[in-house]
Amino acid sequence: MKFSVLVEVRLHPGIADPQGATIERALPALGFSEVAGVRVGKAIRFVIDAADEPAARAEAEDVAQRLLANPVIEETAVTVLGPPSVDGSDGAGG
Amino acid sequence: MSTRVGVVVFPGSNCEHDVVRALQGLGAGAELVWHDRRRLERLDALVLPGGFAHGDYLRPGALARFSPVMDAVARFAADGGPVVGICNGFQVLTEAGLLPGALQKNAGLRFLCTVVPVVVSSTRSALTGHLELGSVLELPINHFEGNYTGDEATLAQLRAEDRVVLRYAVNPNGSADDIAGICNEAGNVVGLMPHPERACDPLTGRTDGQGLLRSLLSAAVAAPSPALGGG
Repeated sequence: MKFSVLVEVRLHPGIADPQGATIERALPALGFSEVAGVRVGKAIRFVIDAADEPAARAEAEDVAQRLLANPVIEETAVTVLGPPSVDGSDGAGG
Repeated sequence: MSTRVGVVVFPGSNCEHDVVRALQGLGAGAELVWHDRRRLERLDALVLPGGFAHGDYLRPGALARFSPVMDAVARFAADGGPVVGICNGFQVLTEAGLLPGALQKNAGLRFLCTVVPVVVSSTRSALTGHLELGSVLELPINHFEGNYTGDEATLAQLRAEDRVVLRYAVNPNGSADDIAGICNEAGNVVGLMPHPERACDPLTGRTDGQGLLRSLLSAAVAAPSPALGGG
């Protein structure tokens, strides 16, 4: 079975995020003065062929830990989105 | 026979010729080593040069770490051979786990291309053995991700084991503890953000990089012939 997967890579809470800080400082200029806690990360999508959902998740976790994130500064969140969409609208390319 | 230094070239490296020329200027032999090599023979030291290995895709060093040559680099280092990562090479060494910590985007989000004073804060590494503790070197920096980051335990360990080899006199990038360069426990693996190879010829304005590369060449001669075991 094919599963569409979303991996979010984000900085550990204690790690300084100059990109997030810069965005946060820019927002009041547009009138968004209530926005706080901006953190910038990466979203990576791919499709995994696996026996079932837990197997797809386990493999995606492995991919995330071993390549997609640097554990010194980053953490990951894996979401198994389900079967890839036919039209590729989930970013998986159909 | 002169000392032979291998300069590892990844797709996207761009400082390899500068390193070769600087080493040759000091009387050493230097040769380029393409990243798909699985064996390293007859080399006394390795340099991972600056640039954008594998386009810096995903993160600087994240993909270079999986280049075939990296297993040989790790063996060479484990056998005591001197390995120096400059700029992008430092990033590759941290991603490969040969040095602790990580290099984050500069505080201030500016790509820095300038010359900075750097203080020699330890002489126990392969790159600083011939320098005087506390001496100040004028060295070029040229990076966007040079902000050294590590957890408190890592930073404390680096300090306790005298492994911070170079510190910025004036911190340009937010680097923890003003770190410009560190070494491994044995001192034979060194990573630094400044570019010593660009400060080796009076023609380009300064020569403070020579002392660092001379130290490396001395360490290469003294090292226990890792090329034989490193194969």
